[in-house]
Amino acid sequence: MKNLIDDGRPIFVQIAERIEDDIIEGGLPEEAQVPSTNQFAAFYKINPATAAKGVNLLVDEGILYKKRGIGMFVAGGARTKVIEKRKEQFFDEYVVTMIREAEKLGITADQLMDMIQRGDNKR
Amino acid sequence: MKNVIEVKQLNKSYEKFNAIHDTSFALQANKIYGLLGRNGAGKTTLMKMITAQIFPTSGDLKVFGEGPYENANVLSQICFIKESQKYPDHYNILDALDVSKSIFPNWDVNFSRSLIKDFNLPLKRRIKKLSRGMLSAVGIVIGLASRAPLTIFDEPYLGLDAVSRGLFYDRLMEDYVEHPRTVILSTHLIDEVSSLLEHILVMDNGKLIIDQDAEELRGKAFTVTGQASKVEAFLIGKETVHREPFGGLLSATVIHSENGSDQKQATASGLEISPVSLQQLVVHLTSGRSEQKEVNTK
Repeated sequence: MKNLIDDGRPIFVQIAERIEDDIIEGGLPEEAQVPSTNQFAAFYKINPATAAKGVNLLVDEGILYKKRGIGMFVAGGARTKVIEKRKEQFFDEYVVTMIREAEKLGITADQLMDMIQRGDNKR
Repeated sequence: MKNVIEVKQLNKSYEKFNAIHDTSFALQANKIYGLLGRNGAGKTTLMKMITAQIFPTSGDLKVFGEGPYENANVLSQICFIKESQKYPDHYNILDALDVSKSIFPNWDVNFSRSLIKDFNLPLKRRIKKLSRGMLSAVGIVIGLASRAPLTIFDEPYLGLDAVSRGLFYDRLMEDYVEHPRTVILSTHLIDEVSSLLEHILVMDNGKLIIDQDAEELRGKAFTVTGQASKVEAFLIGKETVHREPFGGLLSATVIHSENGSDQKQATASGLEISPVSLQQLVVHLTSGRSEQKEVNTK
Protein backbone atom coordinates (compact mmCIF):
# COMPACT_ATOMS: atom_id res chain seq x y z
CA MET A 1 0.00 0.00 0.00
CA LYS A 2 1.19 3.45 -0.86
CA ASN A 3 1.98 5.73 2.05
CA LEU A 4 -1.28 7.02 3.41
CA ILE A 5 0.08 10.36 4.41
CA ASP A 6 3.16 12.07 3.06
CA ASP A 7 4.90 14.45 5.36
CA GLY A 8 6.01 17.10 2.90
CA ARG A 9 2.57 18.61 2.42
CA PRO A 10 -0.03 19.84 4.89
CA ILE A 11 -1.93 16.78 6.12
CA PHE A 12 -5.31 18.54 6.20
CA VAL A 13 -5.03 19.06 2.44
CA GLN A 14 -4.32 15.34 1.99
CA ILE A 15 -7.33 14.43 4.13
CA ALA A 16 -9.51 16.70 2.00
CA GLU A 17 -8.14 15.02 -1.15
CA ARG A 18 -8.90 11.56 0.26
CA ILE A 19 -12.50 12.53 0.88
CA GLU A 20 -12.71 14.06 -2.61
CA ASP A 21 -11.32 10.83 -4.13
CA ASP A 22 -13.98 8.89 -2.29
CA ILE A 23 -16.66 11.21 -3.59
CA ILE A 24 -15.40 10.89 -7.18
CA GLU A 25 -15.13 7.11 -7.02
CA GLY A 26 -18.58 6.75 -5.50
CA GLY A 27 -17.52 5.45 -2.08
CA LEU A 28 -19.17 8.53 -0.61
CA PRO A 29 -22.34 9.30 -2.60
CA GLU A 30 -24.26 12.51 -2.11
CA GLU A 31 -26.00 12.76 1.26
CA ALA A 32 -23.76 10.02 2.69
CA GLN A 33 -22.27 10.62 6.12
CA VAL A 34 -18.53 11.28 6.24
CA PRO A 35 -16.50 9.56 9.01
CA SER A 36 -16.05 11.66 12.14
CA THR A 37 -12.92 13.64 12.89
CA ASN A 38 -11.99 11.12 15.56
CA GLN A 39 -12.41 8.23 13.13
CA PHE A 40 -10.09 9.96 10.66
CA ALA A 41 -7.62 10.60 13.46
CA ALA A 42 -7.64 6.96 14.55
CA PHE A 43 -7.44 5.53 11.03
CA TYR A 44 -4.71 7.74 9.60
CA LYS A 45 -2.91 8.22 12.96
CA ILE A 46 -3.19 11.94 12.72
CA ASN A 47 -4.06 14.67 15.14
CA PRO A 48 -7.85 15.14 15.35
CA ALA A 49 -7.41 18.93 15.02
CA THR A 50 -5.69 18.32 11.68
CA ALA A 51 -8.46 15.99 10.50
CA ALA A 52 -11.05 18.61 11.47
CA LYS A 53 -9.17 21.20 9.42
CA GLY A 54 -9.34 18.97 6.34
CA VAL A 55 -13.06 18.35 6.75
CA ASN A 56 -13.74 22.04 7.32
CA LEU A 57 -11.88 22.92 4.13
CA LEU A 58 -14.48 20.94 2.19
CA VAL A 59 -17.31 22.48 4.19
CA ASP A 60 -16.02 25.92 3.16
CA GLU A 61 -16.04 24.81 -0.47
CA GLY A 62 -19.61 23.57 -0.20
CA ILE A 63 -18.62 19.95 -0.84
CA LEU A 64 -19.61 18.78 2.65
CA TYR A 65 -22.19 20.20 4.99
CA LYS A 66 -22.81 19.90 8.68
CA LYS A 67 -25.94 18.53 10.30
CA ARG A 68 -25.97 19.86 13.80
CA GLY A 69 -25.35 17.20 16.40
CA ILE A 70 -25.18 14.43 13.82
CA GLY A 71 -22.11 14.92 11.69
CA MET A 72 -20.79 15.80 8.25
CA PHE A 73 -22.52 14.83 5.01
CA VAL A 74 -21.75 15.01 1.29
CA ALA A 75 -23.60 17.94 -0.28
CA GLY A 76 -25.78 17.70 -3.37
CA GLY A 77 -23.77 18.39 -6.53
CA ALA A 78 -20.53 17.68 -4.67
CA ARG A 79 -19.25 15.18 -7.21
CA THR A 80 -19.56 17.58 -10.16
CA LYS A 81 -17.90 20.30 -8.13
CA VAL A 82 -14.96 18.08 -7.16
CA ILE A 83 -14.48 16.83 -10.72
CA GLU A 84 -14.40 20.39 -12.10
CA LYS A 85 -11.80 21.33 -9.52
CA ARG A 86 -9.74 18.24 -10.31
CA LYS A 87 -9.79 18.94 -14.03
CA GLU A 88 -8.04 22.24 -13.44
CA GLN A 89 -5.50 20.52 -11.21
CA PHE A 90 -5.04 17.84 -13.86
CA PHE A 91 -4.07 20.49 -16.39
CA ASP A 92 -1.51 22.09 -14.05
CA GLU A 93 -0.05 18.91 -12.64
CA TYR A 94 -0.05 16.56 -15.63
CA VAL A 95 -0.49 18.43 -18.90
CA VAL A 96 1.89 21.30 -18.20
CA THR A 97 4.47 18.93 -16.72
CA MET A 98 4.16 16.55 -19.67
CA ILE A 99 4.65 19.32 -22.23
CA ARG A 100 7.72 20.58 -20.42
CA GLU A 101 9.27 17.09 -20.31
CA ALA A 102 8.41 16.64 -24.01
CA GLU A 103 10.23 19.88 -24.86
CA LYS A 104 13.27 18.68 -22.96
CA LEU A 105 13.33 15.48 -25.06
CA GLY A 106 12.69 17.32 -28.33
CA ILE A 107 9.26 15.74 -28.85
CA THR A 108 7.14 17.89 -31.19
CA ALA A 109 3.52 18.73 -30.56
CA ASP A 110 2.47 16.33 -33.35
CA GLN A 111 4.51 13.49 -31.94
CA LEU A 112 3.02 14.18 -28.53
CA MET A 113 -0.53 14.01 -29.89
CA ASP A 114 0.43 10.78 -31.57
CA MET A 115 1.67 9.34 -28.32
CA ILE A 116 -1.52 10.32 -26.51
CA GLN A 117 -3.49 8.55 -29.25
CA ARG A 118 -1.38 5.43 -28.84
CA GLY A 119 -1.77 5.53 -25.07
CA ASP A 120 -5.50 5.85 -25.45
CA ASN A 121 -5.65 2.80 -27.78
CA LYS A 122 -3.86 0.69 -25.19
CA ARG A 123 -6.52 1.21 -22.56
CA MET B 1 -8.04 29.08 25.13
CA LYS B 2 -6.37 28.66 28.50
CA ASN B 3 -2.60 28.42 28.54
CA VAL B 4 -1.17 25.42 30.33
CA ILE B 5 2.39 26.69 30.29
CA GLU B 6 3.59 30.27 30.01
CA VAL B 7 7.28 30.97 29.76
CA LYS B 8 8.70 34.47 29.52
CA GLN B 9 12.35 35.29 28.88
CA LEU B 10 13.47 32.16 30.60
CA ASN B 11 17.20 31.66 31.11
CA LYS B 12 19.18 28.82 32.58
CA SER B 13 22.94 29.05 32.81
CA TYR B 14 25.51 26.75 34.30
CA GLU B 15 28.69 28.73 35.06
CA LYS B 16 29.39 30.24 31.66
CA PHE B 17 27.19 27.91 29.64
CA ASN B 18 23.76 29.16 28.62
CA ALA B 19 21.57 26.06 28.48
CA ILE B 20 18.41 28.10 27.83
CA HIS B 21 18.60 31.56 26.41
CA ASP B 22 15.80 34.15 26.58
CA THR B 23 13.06 31.69 25.72
CA SER B 24 9.39 32.70 25.64
CA PHE B 25 6.37 30.67 24.59
CA ALA B 26 2.91 29.60 25.67
CA LEU B 27 1.31 26.14 25.37
CA GLN B 28 -2.45 25.83 25.07
CA ALA B 29 -4.58 23.23 26.78
CA ASN B 30 -5.35 19.91 25.09
CA LYS B 31 -2.92 20.09 22.20
CA ILE B 32 -0.14 17.65 21.33
CA TYR B 33 3.18 19.45 21.10
CA GLY B 34 6.41 18.22 19.58
CA LEU B 35 9.56 19.51 21.26
CA LEU B 36 12.32 18.91 18.74
CA GLY B 37 15.98 19.68 18.43
CA ARG B 38 19.41 18.10 18.56
CA ASN B 39 21.05 16.62 21.62
CA GLY B 40 22.19 19.42 23.91
CA ALA B 41 19.79 21.92 22.39
CA GLY B 42 18.16 22.49 25.79
CA LYS B 43 15.01 20.37 25.49
CA THR B 44 15.50 18.34 28.67
CA THR B 45 16.63 21.41 30.65
CA LEU B 46 13.42 23.13 29.60
CA MET B 47 11.26 20.16 30.60
CA LYS B 48 13.03 19.88 33.95
CA MET B 49 12.22 23.51 34.69
CA ILE B 50 8.59 23.05 33.69
CA THR B 51 8.35 20.07 36.03
CA ALA B 52 10.12 21.95 38.84
CA GLN B 53 13.16 19.70 38.98
CA ILE B 54 15.61 22.54 38.44
CA PHE B 55 15.37 26.31 38.93
CA PRO B 56 15.61 28.86 36.14
CA THR B 57 18.42 31.42 36.43
CA SER B 58 16.01 34.16 35.46
CA GLY B 59 12.68 34.71 33.77
CA ASP B 60 9.08 33.83 34.42
CA LEU B 61 7.57 30.34 34.35
CA LYS B 62 3.93 29.53 35.01
CA VAL B 63 2.34 26.08 34.79
CA PHE B 64 -1.46 25.95 35.09
CA GLY B 65 -1.20 29.64 35.98
CA GLU B 66 1.09 29.14 38.97
CA GLY B 67 4.75 28.74 39.79
CA PRO B 68 5.47 24.99 39.80
CA TYR B 69 8.07 24.91 42.60
CA GLU B 70 6.92 22.92 45.61
CA ASN B 71 3.39 23.48 44.40
CA ALA B 72 1.41 20.28 44.86
CA ASN B 73 -1.52 21.82 43.05
CA VAL B 74 0.49 22.04 39.88
CA LEU B 75 2.71 19.00 40.23
CA SER B 76 -0.20 16.59 40.78
CA GLN B 77 -1.39 17.52 37.29
CA ILE B 78 1.94 16.72 35.61
CA CYS B 79 3.33 13.37 34.52
CA PHE B 80 6.91 13.51 33.27
CA ILE B 81 8.30 10.35 31.66
CA LYS B 82 12.05 10.60 31.31
CA GLU B 83 14.37 8.66 29.09
CA SER B 84 16.04 7.00 32.06
CA GLN B 85 13.37 6.80 34.72
CA LYS B 86 14.70 5.49 38.04
CA TYR B 87 12.70 3.21 40.34
CA PRO B 88 13.57 1.83 43.80
CA ASP B 89 15.65 -1.36 43.50
CA HIS B 90 13.15 -3.74 45.04
CA TYR B 91 10.16 -2.56 42.94
CA ASN B 92 8.44 -4.82 40.49
CA ILE B 93 6.18 -3.47 37.74
CA LEU B 94 3.07 -3.86 39.89
CA ASP B 95 4.66 -1.72 42.64
CA ALA B 96 5.45 1.00 40.10
CA LEU B 97 1.84 0.96 38.90
CA ASP B 98 0.46 1.07 42.47
CA VAL B 99 2.61 4.06 43.35
CA SER B 100 1.56 5.80 40.14
CA LYS B 101 -2.06 5.16 41.03
CA SER B 102 -1.58 6.99 44.31
CA ILE B 103 0.24 9.92 42.66
CA PHE B 104 -2.00 10.66 39.67
CA PRO B 105 -5.61 11.63 40.40
CA ASN B 106 -6.81 10.61 36.91
CA TRP B 107 -5.11 7.19 36.93
CA ASP B 108 -7.13 4.56 35.06
CA VAL B 109 -6.50 1.06 36.42
CA ASN B 110 -8.22 -0.76 33.56
CA PHE B 111 -6.36 1.22 30.95
CA SER B 112 -3.04 0.51 32.69
CA ARG B 113 -3.82 -3.23 32.75
CA SER B 114 -4.72 -3.33 29.07
CA LEU B 115 -1.52 -1.46 28.22
CA ILE B 116 0.51 -3.94 30.28
CA LYS B 117 -1.00 -6.71 28.14
CA ASP B 118 -0.40 -4.79 24.90
CA PHE B 119 3.29 -4.39 25.71
CA ASN B 120 3.63 -7.93 27.10
CA LEU B 121 5.02 -6.75 30.40
CA PRO B 122 5.57 -9.26 33.27
CA LEU B 123 3.83 -7.62 36.25
CA LYS B 124 5.77 -9.48 38.92
CA ARG B 125 9.23 -9.01 37.47
CA ARG B 126 11.59 -6.67 39.27
CA ILE B 127 12.22 -3.47 37.39
CA LYS B 128 15.97 -3.97 37.84
CA LYS B 129 15.72 -7.16 35.78
CA LEU B 130 13.82 -5.66 32.85
CA SER B 131 15.34 -5.17 29.44
CA ARG B 132 15.89 -1.64 28.20
CA GLY B 133 12.84 -1.83 25.94
CA MET B 134 10.60 -3.19 28.71
CA LEU B 135 11.75 -0.40 31.01
CA SER B 136 10.78 2.14 28.38
CA ALA B 137 7.42 0.40 27.96
CA VAL B 138 6.76 0.71 31.72
CA GLY B 139 7.32 4.46 31.41
CA ILE B 140 4.94 4.64 28.47
CA VAL B 141 2.24 2.69 30.34
CA ILE B 142 2.53 5.05 33.32
CA GLY B 143 2.57 8.14 31.10
CA LEU B 144 -0.56 7.07 29.24
CA ALA B 145 -2.56 5.65 32.15
CA SER B 146 -1.83 8.71 34.31
CA ARG B 147 -4.06 10.78 32.01
CA ALA B 148 -2.31 13.77 33.58
CA PRO B 149 -3.57 17.12 32.24
CA LEU B 150 0.06 17.80 31.28
CA THR B 151 1.87 14.67 30.14
CA ILE B 152 5.49 14.98 29.02
CA PHE B 153 7.41 12.22 27.24
CA ASP B 154 11.14 12.87 26.95
CA GLU B 155 12.50 10.35 24.42
CA PRO B 156 10.44 7.56 25.93
CA TYR B 157 11.29 4.90 23.38
CA LEU B 158 14.89 3.85 24.10
CA GLY B 159 15.28 0.15 23.27
CA LEU B 160 11.72 -0.14 21.98
CA ASP B 161 11.29 -1.85 18.62
CA ALA B 162 9.28 -0.33 15.80
CA VAL B 163 6.21 -2.44 16.59
CA SER B 164 6.11 -1.27 20.21
CA ARG B 165 6.68 2.34 19.19
CA GLY B 166 3.78 2.05 16.77
CA LEU B 167 1.68 0.64 19.60
CA PHE B 168 2.62 3.63 21.75
CA TYR B 169 1.54 6.12 19.08
CA ASP B 170 -1.71 4.23 18.43
CA ARG B 171 -2.70 4.03 22.09
CA LEU B 172 -1.71 7.65 22.67
CA MET B 173 -3.93 8.84 19.83
CA GLU B 174 -6.88 6.61 20.74
CA ASP B 175 -6.81 7.74 24.35
CA TYR B 176 -6.15 11.38 23.51
CA VAL B 177 -9.26 11.49 21.34
CA GLU B 178 -11.35 10.19 24.26
CA HIS B 179 -9.55 12.14 26.98
CA PRO B 180 -7.94 15.25 25.52
CA ARG B 181 -4.98 16.60 27.47
CA THR B 182 -1.81 18.54 26.87
CA VAL B 183 1.00 16.31 25.69
CA ILE B 184 4.61 17.22 25.01
CA LEU B 185 6.59 14.69 23.00
CA SER B 186 10.30 15.28 22.87
CA THR B 187 11.82 13.06 20.23
CA HIS B 188 14.39 12.58 17.50
CA LEU B 189 12.13 10.24 15.53
CA ILE B 190 10.30 13.13 13.93
CA ASP B 191 9.06 11.18 10.90
CA GLU B 192 7.34 8.67 13.18
CA VAL B 193 5.37 11.13 15.28
CA SER B 194 5.01 14.03 12.90
CA SER B 195 1.39 13.37 11.95
CA LEU B 196 0.34 13.19 15.62
CA LEU B 197 1.60 16.66 16.43
CA GLU B 198 -0.53 19.76 16.33
CA HIS B 199 2.17 22.28 17.17
CA ILE B 200 5.95 22.23 16.90
CA LEU B 201 8.64 23.77 19.07
CA VAL B 202 12.23 23.51 17.86
CA MET B 203 15.16 24.30 20.14
CA ASP B 204 18.63 25.00 18.83
CA ASN B 205 21.59 25.97 21.01
CA GLY B 206 19.38 26.94 23.92
CA LYS B 207 17.08 29.09 21.83
CA LEU B 208 13.59 28.49 20.58
CA ILE B 209 13.87 28.87 16.80
CA ILE B 210 10.44 27.57 15.77
CA ASP B 211 7.10 27.87 17.56
CA GLN B 212 4.51 27.09 14.94
CA ASP B 213 1.46 25.10 13.93
CA ALA B 214 2.59 21.74 12.49
CA GLU B 215 0.48 22.10 9.37
CA GLU B 216 1.90 25.51 8.54
CA LEU B 217 5.36 24.13 9.01
CA ARG B 218 4.71 21.15 6.72
CA GLY B 219 4.05 23.42 3.77
CA LYS B 220 6.76 25.85 4.71
CA ALA B 221 9.69 24.69 2.62
CA PHE B 222 10.37 22.92 -0.65
CA THR B 223 13.43 21.70 -2.50
CA VAL B 224 14.36 22.73 -6.02
CA THR B 225 16.81 20.78 -8.12
CA GLY B 226 18.28 21.61 -11.51
CA GLN B 227 21.27 23.08 -13.31
CA ALA B 228 23.34 25.00 -10.80
CA SER B 229 23.15 28.30 -12.69
CA LYS B 230 19.37 28.11 -13.01
CA VAL B 231 18.96 27.21 -9.34
CA GLU B 232 21.27 30.05 -8.28
CA ALA B 233 19.21 32.49 -10.34
CA PHE B 234 16.04 31.21 -8.70
CA LEU B 235 17.49 31.54 -5.21
CA ILE B 236 18.12 35.29 -5.47
CA GLY B 237 16.04 37.08 -2.87
CA LYS B 238 14.84 33.83 -1.28
CA GLU B 239 15.49 32.34 2.11
CA THR B 240 17.66 29.28 1.56
CA VAL B 241 18.07 26.83 4.44
CA HIS B 242 20.12 24.17 2.72
CA ARG B 243 22.07 23.64 -0.47
CA GLU B 244 23.70 20.55 -1.87
CA PRO B 245 25.69 20.57 -5.12
CA PHE B 246 25.94 17.38 -7.13
CA GLY B 247 28.01 17.50 -10.31
CA GLY B 248 26.58 20.32 -12.39
CA LEU B 249 23.37 20.17 -10.44
CA LEU B 250 22.31 22.03 -7.36
CA SER B 251 19.63 21.06 -4.91
CA ALA B 252 18.43 23.80 -2.58
CA THR B 253 15.78 23.94 0.13
CA VAL B 254 13.98 27.25 0.38
CA ILE B 255 11.29 28.73 2.60
CA HIS B 256 8.06 29.59 0.77
CA SER B 257 7.58 33.24 0.02
CA GLU B 258 4.49 35.02 1.32
CA ASN B 259 2.65 35.19 -1.98
CA GLY B 260 3.21 31.51 -2.77
CA SER B 261 4.06 32.04 -6.43
CA ASP B 262 7.60 30.74 -6.05
CA GLN B 263 6.79 27.12 -6.93
CA LYS B 264 5.28 28.18 -10.23
CA GLN B 265 8.33 30.35 -10.85
CA ALA B 266 10.54 27.30 -10.21
CA THR B 267 8.63 25.01 -12.56
CA ALA B 268 8.58 27.76 -15.19
CA SER B 269 12.38 27.91 -15.11
CA GLY B 270 12.52 24.14 -15.54
CA LEU B 271 13.47 23.22 -11.98
CA GLU B 272 12.28 20.09 -10.29
CA ILE B 273 10.32 20.56 -7.10
CA SER B 274 10.12 18.12 -4.25
CA PRO B 275 8.43 18.36 -0.86
CA VAL B 276 10.38 18.68 2.37
CA SER B 277 9.31 16.59 5.33
CA LEU B 278 9.12 18.07 8.79
CA GLN B 279 12.12 15.97 9.76
CA GLN B 280 14.21 17.23 6.85
CA LEU B 281 13.23 20.81 7.59
CA VAL B 282 14.17 20.51 11.25
CA VAL B 283 17.47 18.83 10.33
CA HIS B 284 18.29 21.65 7.91
CA LEU B 285 17.36 24.34 10.39
CA THR B 286 19.40 22.87 13.21
CA SER B 287 22.38 21.46 11.33
CA GLY B 288 24.46 24.58 11.91
CA ARG B 289 25.20 24.97 8.24
CA SER B 290 22.13 26.91 7.27
CA GLU B 291 22.65 30.41 6.01
CA GLN B 292 19.86 31.85 8.03
CA LYS B 293 18.84 30.04 11.14
CA GLU B 294 16.22 32.29 12.61
CA VAL B 295 13.06 31.46 10.75
CA ASN B 296 10.51 34.16 10.47
CA THR B 297 7.43 32.54 11.92
CA LYS B 298 5.25 35.62 11.65
